Amino acid sequence: MSVMSREETDALINEVLEVYPAKAKKDRAKHLATNDQSVEQSKKCITSNKKSLPGVMTIRGCAYAGSKGVVWGPIKDMIHISHGPVGCGQYSRNGRRNYYIGTTGINAFVTMNFTSDFQEKDIVFGGDKKLAKLLEEVETLFPLNKGVSIQSECPIGLIGDDIEAVAKKATRDTGKTVVPVRCEGFRGVSQSLGHHIANDAVRDWALDKRDDDNSFETTPYDVAIIGDYNIGGDAWSSRILLEEMGLRVVAQWSGDGTIAEMELTPKVKLNLVHCYRSMNYISRHMEEKYGIPWVEYNFFGPTKTDESLRKIASHFDESIQKKAEEVIAKYKLEYQAVIDKFRPRLEGKRVMLYVGGLRPRHVIGAYEDLGMEVVGTGYEFAHNDDYDRTIKEMGNATLLYDDVTGYEFEEFVKKVKPDLIGSGIKEKFIFQKMGIPFRQMHSWDYSGPYHGYDGFAIFARDMDMTLNNPCWKKLQAPWKADAAEDSAVAASA
Amino acid sequence: MPNVMIRQNEGKMTLYVAKKDQEDEISSIEFTSDDSWGGTIELTDGTRYYIDPLDAPPKLPITLRAKRG
Repeated sequence: MSVMSREETDALINEVLEVYPAKAKKDRAKHLATNDQSVEQSKKCITSNKKSLPGVMTIRGCAYAGSKGVVWGPIKDMIHISHGPVGCGQYSRNGRRNYYIGTTGINAFVTMNFTSDFQEKDIVFGGDKKLAKLLEEVETLFPLNKGVSIQSECPIGLIGDDIEAVAKKATRDTGKTVVPVRCEGFRGVSQSLGHHIANDAVRDWALDKRDDDNSFETTPYDVAIIGDYNIGGDAWSSRILLEEMGLRVVAQWSGDGTIAEMELTPKVKLNLVHCYRSMNYISRHMEEKYGIPWVEYNFFGPTKTDESLRKIASHFDESIQKKAEEVIAKYKLEYQAVIDKFRPRLEGKRVMLYVGGLRPRHVIGAYEDLGMEVVGTGYEFAHNDDYDRTIKEMGNATLLYDDVTGYEFEEFVKKVKPDLIGSGIKEKFIFQKMGIPFRQMHSWDYSGPYHGYDGFAIFARDMDMTLNNPCWKKLQAPWKADAAEDSAVAASA
Repeated sequence: MPNVMIRQNEGKMTLYVAKKDQEDEISSIEFTSDDSWGGTIELTDGTRYYIDPLDAPPKLPITLRAKRG
């Protein structure tokens, strides 16, 4: 199918909705839309951040996933305790590929799993004593930790444990930051509230620790990378660009980040926000309390990277702006070679995306740089403001789907027939078995980094590797080859 | 009585409702003189909020309690 018209897309949505019972149909209809660039406010065309329907296959996570998995988890020199039964921590362990520098188990703890392993008696009698003991043990076994965060799992909220009191006592005893995070999984409708809760915990328990301490020498060019989780090394390939243009990156939130970096962030001059969805809360807080402006940027694909570097530079003096232009000029040769090589192999291919809270709009530019077209996109846990930003990025009459269900996604793919799908591990094998090339856009399919100019080269290679893999031609059994071929073979005999 | 944050975003004044994660441009503010600032605030989508007038224009961003206007 080539480009779909508005009517065709609307008809497709109606067709897919047809199987639902009346009530479910009414609800789901609000979450599916045909993109219209003339719409200023997304809430007029799409509803988001609402509870998923019982009975459908949603791809969302929980508040614990948002806090432990996304915001707190990548901070490498803290120990993040999954407080509650063992499963939540164990099954989410080491899944997000937040790279870091350090010796695991000595001074970095990201890939390790710490849990209080709740048993029946802890539910009945409360788990605060166990938590206090766990904090002591952690201190003995891993003395080089710089702090602890307590990530609540569902039972903690249900039985009403006072983890704040335990945390305060532990802080008094050891002098280290102990952060209780009330991110019980049942809170909110998706991981999005977990991000918010985690941001609030940073604000209340960690951020202001060095407010009265002016010993840190600042420069006028201090910035912090906010909302880059260093997946496959993303933050590193972003950081070198910023450093090359003369800025000093004081903190990385939170990929390869440390608690010390977090405490120093209020001293920077500008916050650079990559993942708006998960870190806008703390950026807003820092803007109000410390007067630090923040700017959103996008390091996917050379076009957007150029734009972002200029946007960031515009907040600084001319020397930085000049250096930004030099950086862009320097890398232009490199990325032009990448485009020249891969664009002819990928030109005109159509992509459908369904990712988390940022990439459904951020990677569109990168695909367009390769001559590819994004024909459908959607978020697991976006809010209205994310769709506001998405509508402008997407072409007219393309599909938008919020919190898409397993069934809807499959049906859309069957009808739209994209050449490539970018989504997560749960979707991967369904679509591969349907014969459609697939890339995981959460973990970069164990590749990466994809940020910055260096990342773009890897991104282009990966997309080519997946799309033009010869295996996709072998999916049909030889005896099912179509009749035309059969008669050709017969004629040649 | 939601907490709202009023801030400047790329030259436009916006109102952000933390509870709803919604940010919208402000189209009009009732009082904007030097000795009184606030009152009924209208957003571009027609939603109205009321904040008690302040004695002077505040330094933005600022978090205030707002009522539905």
